[in-house]
Amino acid sequence: MTSSPAEAPAHSSKRSNKSIYLVLGCTVFAATAQVLLKFGANHPMPVMNPTDTSTWMPFLMALLSNYYLLLGYCFHSGNALLLILALRDGELSVLFPIISLSYVWVDLLSMYFFHEHMNVWKAAGILLVIGGVTLLGRASSRP
Amino acid sequence: MNKTPLSSIVLVLMASVVGSLGAVFLKRGAAHLNRGFRYIVNWQLASGIAIFMGSSIPFLIALKHGELSVLYPMVSLSYMCSLFWSKLFFNEPITRPKVLALCLILAGITCIGIGAN
Repeated sequence: MTSSPAEAPAHSSKRSNKSIYLVLGCTVFAATAQVLLKFGANHPMPVMNPTDTSTWMPFLMALLSNYYLLLGYCFHSGNALLLILALRDGELSVLFPIISLSYVWVDLLSMYFFHEHMNVWKAAGILLVIGGVTLLGRASSRP
Repeated sequence: MNKTPLSSIVLVLMASVVGSLGAVFLKRGAAHLNRGFRYIVNWQLASGIAIFMGSSIPFLIALKHGELSVLYPMVSLSYMCSLFWSKLFFNEPITRPKVLALCLILAGITCIGIGAN
C-alpha cells in the first residue's frame, strides 16, 4: 500500500469501485423491500379502479394499515439513499443496471420465505444476470 | 399462457422508461452531495425519488394482473433506457462490454421471469 503512487487515475478507479459496492448494497435493500412488499401484497386490499375516484380513498386507507408494505417502502428509502450516495461518482450506465442483481436475491429469498422452487430457467437467469453484472463492473474500470 | 392484459404491458413499459429517467435526476442531484451532505435536499433528488415512487405504483398494479415472464423483460428495458439517457445527459460512452452486459442481464431476467411462471 505504501508503495502505491497516489495518481489521479488510480484514485478515480477506486472511487468508482466504491460506487459499485454501494450499488451492490442497494440491491440487497431492494430485494428485502420486494420480499416485504410481497408479504404486503398478500394482505387483503380493496379493489382500486384508477378511473373511479370513489375507490381511491378506501384503497389509500388500506395501504396505510398495511405494515409490511410500509416497511417495504422504508427499505426502498434506504435503497434510494444508498443509490444516491453511489451515484455521486461513476457512470450511470454502469451503476444503474447493477440493480438487476436484486432479481437474483429476490429469487433466492423467495425460495426461503415463500418456498418457491429452483428450476433450470431461474438458475440460468441467475447465472446470466451475475455474468452481465460482472461484465459491467469490468467495463467501468476501463478509462 | 397469454393472460397478461395489454394494459399491464403498457403500464410496465411506461413505468420502465419513466423510472430510468428517475435515475438521471438522482445522478444530477447526487452531484450536489460532493459539496457537502447538507445539499441532500435539492429539487433534482426530490424529483428522482418522486419519479421512482410514482413509477412503482403502475408496477404494483400491473404485476397483480400480469405474468412475470412477460413483464420482467419489459422491466429490464429500463436498463437499456438508462444506457441511452447516460449517453444523452452525461455523455457516457456506449461501449461494447456495456451493451453485451445489458444483453446478458436482459436475457437473464427474461429467464428468471419464465422460471417464475
